[in-house]
Amino acid sequence: MKCQRCPKQATFHITEVMGEEKFFDLHLCEECAQKHLADPEASVKKVADKPAAAVEDLSDLGNRHCEACGIKFVEFRNTGRLGCPHDYDSFKDELLPLLDNIHGDTKHVGKTPRRLPKVKASQTELANLRRQLQVAVTKEAYEEAAQLRDKIKRLEESE
Amino acid sequence: MNLDSLLPNLGEWLRGNGPESDIVISTRIRLARNLAGSPFSNRASAAQKAETEARIRDAIAKLDLPHKLDYVDVSKLTPIDRQFLIERQLMSRELGSVLEGPRGVAFDERESVSVMVNEEDHLRLQVMRSGVALEEAWAEIDHLDDLLETKLTYAFHEQFGYLTACPTNVGTGMRASVMLHLPALSLTKEIEKLFRSLQKINLVVRGLYGEGSRASGDLYQISNQVTLGKSESLVLREIREVISQILQYERRARQLLVKERKQAEQDRVARAIGTLGSATMITSEETMELLSTVRLGIQLHLLEDLPATTVNQLFIHTQAAHLQKLMGTPLDGEERNSARAKYLRNKLRELGASQR
Repeated sequence: MKCQRCPKQATFHITEVMGEEKFFDLHLCEECAQKHLADPEASVKKVADKPAAAVEDLSDLGNRHCEACGIKFVEFRNTGRLGCPHDYDSFKDELLPLLDNIHGDTKHVGKTPRRLPKVKASQTELANLRRQLQVAVTKEAYEEAAQLRDKIKRLEESE
Repeated sequence: MNLDSLLPNLGEWLRGNGPESDIVISTRIRLARNLAGSPFSNRASAAQKAETEARIRDAIAKLDLPHKLDYVDVSKLTPIDRQFLIERQLMSRELGSVLEGPRGVAFDERESVSVMVNEEDHLRLQVMRSGVALEEAWAEIDHLDDLLETKLTYAFHEQFGYLTACPTNVGTGMRASVMLHLPALSLTKEIEKLFRSLQKINLVVRGLYGEGSRASGDLYQISNQVTLGKSESLVLREIREVISQILQYERRARQLLVKERKQAEQDRVARAIGTLGSATMITSEETMELLSTVRLGIQLHLLEDLPATTVNQLFIHTQAAHLQKLMGTPLDGEERNSARAKYLRNKLRELGASQR
């Protein structure tokens, strides 16, 4: 876990009692913790201003979905599995801190495909079409499905 | 393909004569890959999974490899056959008994290369080697990956590398693991200290069957955790260095055992052989513990004329699915324990007779 006030690792976990049945959790690195302990009120206020905004962000975030596969971020949160390759772009801002946490890095180093995927746009387009096709098949709109299938085929062949 | 034909073979991972085979059982490298523009397996419909399977299966069939890969449709296998392939380390427990729908595994007759289809990722390539052989395993899997890539378009991201269903695998998609037999470090209890220090350098320790399984028979798999931000060669080098250190520790602990309590060890090994050769009911867990002692006895020269590969054979043949195939009939837990004991009694008697 990172310190809430600087990019260092949080090693101090402080619970401030703000009055009757009101608590406030702080996660700080050693340096920030010392500052906080010297002047607790200022620092609690600083962090305490944030949660309201953060809660808003969260509910907004949970409902955001990937335009290619339709998965919501909250579904990923619950299962730990993403829905399609495009999610890495759809949820990039949310994934970056997570990746940094897991790997200590956010940039790939190492092997790359010899034949790099042509245009990324066409991949997203393909994913979109495949999803539409899925929907069309489910609602038994076969004419629409056939058209989509042709489009996908053309796009795949042009790759 | 008739899976029963594999029964008499040990397969690559139990071949038992690779580098440092007194301690290292096997090396395994796997690569996670996904097809561009398709949803990951967990979000794919049955029809989409079938399409992915067909595309990959076609690509595998067209590969120009020195050892041909045979494709097995996992959804059509009996539960015993699935368990059989899991025990032989050719596919994951996940693919065998958790996931559903179109999925499969292709492997070669050496049982060295395997390709899982529609696992958590569309493709899970795996190369096994006897002993510690990270470089050789990498060379082979790298080549296989290149060949597959000429037929399939992988999901690859400029910043994040190879994209995977779980962010813990993104980047190289590579997990390299080395399976070690560490009975002396377990006996001296130094092993926990060792594992704590491994965690600090981002290496993971797991039991025999990977994630979540506990270590039985003093067998441990050590693998990398990080897949993003470190090149494959760097990760392999780091593992190689750690393994050489662990080998030193285990060898030192083994020497100490012989020096300070040879008589007691000799007794322990003799009792292990005694139990294996005379029990009338025995669980797989106890078998593995006893075989671990016997394996150590062989390495410490406390046992005469029993080759280490025999231990590997007893080890694989006493596992549930193998045992049921050998007996030619499905057996419940209790029946297995008695069949296992019978198999061990007969085998050890044969070996004893041939020695005289």
